[in-house]
Amino acid sequence: MVVAVASGKGGTGKTTVAVGLAYSLAREVQLLDCDVEEPNDHLFMNLEQKRSRPHSIPVPRIDNDACTACGKCSAFCEFNALALLKDRVLVFDNLCHGCGGCTLICPKKAIREEDRPTGSIVYGKSENIEHIYGDLNTGEAMSPPLIRAVKKEISSDKPVILDSPPGTTCPMVTAVKDADFCLLVTENTPFGLHDLEMAVEVLTDMQMPMGVVINRSDIGRSDVKNFCSGKNIPVLLEIPYSRVIAEHYAVGRSIVEAEPDYREVFRKMYSRIEELAAAGRKK
Amino acid sequence: MTICITSQGMEKTSRVDPRFGRCSYFCFYDTDADEYRFEKNSFAGGVGGVGVQTGEMMARQSVKVVLTGQVGPNAYRTLEAGGIEVYPNAEGTIEETVGAFLAGGYTKTEGPTGPARHA
Repeated sequence: MVVAVASGKGGTGKTTVAVGLAYSLAREVQLLDCDVEEPNDHLFMNLEQKRSRPHSIPVPRIDNDACTACGKCSAFCEFNALALLKDRVLVFDNLCHGCGGCTLICPKKAIREEDRPTGSIVYGKSENIEHIYGDLNTGEAMSPPLIRAVKKEISSDKPVILDSPPGTTCPMVTAVKDADFCLLVTENTPFGLHDLEMAVEVLTDMQMPMGVVINRSDIGRSDVKNFCSGKNIPVLLEIPYSRVIAEHYAVGRSIVEAEPDYREVFRKMYSRIEELAAAGRKK
Repeated sequence: MTICITSQGMEKTSRVDPRFGRCSYFCFYDTDADEYRFEKNSFAGGVGGVGVQTGEMMARQSVKVVLTGQVGPNAYRTLEAGGIEVYPNAEGTIEETVGAFLAGGYTKTEGPTGPARHA
């Protein structure tokens, strides 16, 4: 089972919940950090057997002698990474998602592909956790291909916890897609609620079973709970503000190191997620 | 010669839209006939590469000069390849902007004026 941990708003506690949940399950788990623009989970783990491999995407290179400027490639490209200007095709590497469509569609076989590095995939282990994360190069804007590459590592024989990028745009959708359940971490603030509403809208469109975690639940005032009950979304966990958790977080130690009782809390939550995901599949 | 001005509305009295690729409307001004033609920007809500798409369209329409607020790197490269001159920092109404341009009040840019957005 793949459980994605997402949020509309950033900084609500995705990392805290994803890492805490992974350490709490009394079995081998996989923790994938798909927040490739700033992967944080590893900061809370002492990773062993660390290794990495580079990641790149294939971008088109045009053979101007063979190209007849028919424009089929630029018309095909969904991301406008190719443009036909006068008799020449321009390539915009930073817009290319590396799908390879233009290469296939070119009737003159005038396109070859060149690898463009976008980041790396890092592997490591910590206690019961097999951890894999994507690390996007600084200044790089094209994150979905690297997120997909991290997701190719998904294991089918153990629970997978997938930490998603914040927001509700392409990177988040790419990360959360095909998960069995999505846990939305939010806070009791107007921004927290506003962005939760957007995330719920996206997940509803994706027909994804979901549940909510309210972090720092005793701070702020907003209508997160009313919103959830109105939408029939279970609030699976409330984490009250704790200075001990915050102090541990600040030095890279997880919530279950700060307050070990949370291990049991997370295990119970995971059982509920299993039930809800199974019920979601039946629908 | 055709000049394209990015516009917030469909009138000569509409204001220039400072955004290039995501402007609301395009105004095509024909200097020979002294005629204004307006068109809604159908690319404005696109996911990415909107500046490229807009520049490609302008080249197809044989635009020679663009008057707009700012242009990003992708848009600039497209316009440059299409042989289109870019005059940034345009402001005021469409009519005023065209008048000021024809009177030599704008300076051509030799590069992008800002970063790419919504890549």
